Amino acid sequence: MTTVEETTPAVAPPRSADRPLRRELGVANAFSHTFLLLWAAMTVLPLAWMFLSSLKSNSEILADPWGLPGELRLDNWARAWTKAHIGQYFLNSAVVVAGSLTLTMLLGAAAAYVFARYEFRGRQVVYYLFVGGMMFPVFLALVPLFFVVRNAGLFGTWTGLILVYAAYSLPFTVFFLTAFFRTLPTSVAEAALIDGCGHFRLFFRVMLPMARPGLISVAIFNFLSHWNQFLLPQVLMQGDESKWMLAQGLNALAVNQGYAGDYAQLFAGLTIAVLPVLVVYVTFQRQIQAGLTAGQLK
Amino acid sequence: MRHGRYPLIVSFLLPPLVLYGIFVLSPYLQAFQISTTDWLGYSAQADPVGLANFRTLLHDGYVWNALKNNAILLALVPVLTIALGLFFATMLTMGGRKGRAGVSGVRGTSVYRLVYFFPQVLSVVIIALLWKEIYHPNSGLLNGALRALGLPAPTWLGDPRFAFWCVLAVMVWSNVGFYVVLFGAAMQAIPRDIYEAVLLDGASRAVMLRKITIPLLWDTVQVAWIYLAIAALDGFILVQLMTNGGPNFSSDVIGNRMYDTAFGSETKFGYASAIGVVMFFLTLSVAVLALRAARRDRIEHS
Repeated sequence: MTTVEETTPAVAPPRSADRPLRRELGVANAFSHTFLLLWAAMTVLPLAWMFLSSLKSNSEILADPWGLPGELRLDNWARAWTKAHIGQYFLNSAVVVAGSLTLTMLLGAAAAYVFARYEFRGRQVVYYLFVGGMMFPVFLALVPLFFVVRNAGLFGTWTGLILVYAAYSLPFTVFFLTAFFRTLPTSVAEAALIDGCGHFRLFFRVMLPMARPGLISVAIFNFLSHWNQFLLPQVLMQGDESKWMLAQGLNALAVNQGYAGDYAQLFAGLTIAVLPVLVVYVTFQRQIQAGLTAGQLK
Repeated sequence: MRHGRYPLIVSFLLPPLVLYGIFVLSPYLQAFQISTTDWLGYSAQADPVGLANFRTLLHDGYVWNALKNNAILLALVPVLTIALGLFFATMLTMGGRKGRAGVSGVRGTSVYRLVYFFPQVLSVVIIALLWKEIYHPNSGLLNGALRALGLPAPTWLGDPRFAFWCVLAVMVWSNVGFYVVLFGAAMQAIPRDIYEAVLLDGASRAVMLRKITIPLLWDTVQVAWIYLAIAALDGFILVQLMTNGGPNFSSDVIGNRMYDTAFGSETKFGYASAIGVVMFFLTLSVAVLALRAARRDRIEHS
């Protein structure tokens, strides 16, 4: 991403034009670096503060917001993990996201493959109906969705959440993967079919492995959006606290903190929730940035 | 070779279509129908009232107040975010001094990109809760700094004069990084020789940005505009968690109105759905307007 091509102009520019340009660049450089650093600080500072506060005592937090922790109080983390049940919510979220992500990818890849590779009557109509779901605001569906899920006996269950997350992720997933399957060479598929490979085997053995880069991009995208979901669990997972998602748990922790005044526990809970995402992000930053921006660039 | 096509098409298409139909399509269709009833949710009773809900809406001061706030978000969030995004992306892609005529980013570009994008991978809930603490009147990061400088320390989210602007700032803060990366990717797709040619012709950086980069980036800016406009019409999670529309409805948004109407103290589902329908048409018209306003001759460059 940051490869810099050393370019040598075919004809050197006259020297007189060279100096002002150079000065201009120098000024622009100092100027731009200041702003770049300023914004970087504005991004990093809140997170660093959150992390440091998670190691402070409540009195330290109240007395001096900018101070460093006197000692590393990891018991804040332990308290958030067990007493505020952040550990439990974390696992709940992991279970639901594992389920919804698998379902989304399986159904999304299958539908996208058919849209990209097979001709049948009404294909265009069905495709646009499907992909059009990207445009609707979730709000409008909220009230009826609540009853659809309740009538199906899925209210307050993980299965319900898994199915709903998957359903709402399908439009983007299908849109993205259909475009991706179209770019794969047809010759390989034809050769496999001539060799007597069935349509199903062709998909699982040939097309899916070839589509791997696209699948990874869209899986990362879906992982983040499922993991960060708030509105859907808030509406569809009321009641039984032991089944809550991480976002709900953090929100409850914030509300309780207002009464109990345990700031350190809230910061510890937030840090616990942020750290794994941070690690995953730093490790896969290229894919994540590419996956999240690819949909918009089309 | 056509053998076995239809079993595959049917078995691959049916499950996703059923799921989509039940959980996505049918709720949207039902919402329109519910919006024309006086349904109070848990009771079975739902009488059709025609457009009465929409007439009530016209005289609902709270809804208008929320819409006014959404309009301010709509006017400011996309402009600020896109301006900052373009500025930083330009610096990162071509602000560097390396090479006389070459076009490159400043030093540390990849680190900046890594850092700037970070709010994008955080959940909105975490962003909202974290900033609520930053704005905290006593123990917050912001007032800690202000006090150290000897400046007055307001109660940011508790003050009707500031609460809304505090939320707006967080909205911009959390979005800029994404657009830096998005615009950066689009800029890198622009062939370098175009820049080298105009640099040799003596164009300044500012002229280059105005005459070359932005026109060539127009499609991407347009997409950004639509996404940010939709985000500005929503804003629900940030508002609900940071201020819950308060103090005294000063930071209320339309999403908050709808949520309260449906899942608050009274479950006026019919009326809430009417608010939802209005949101749907607002979002749709904003998207269409943005598309039309941004339409220009597309420039091909590859």
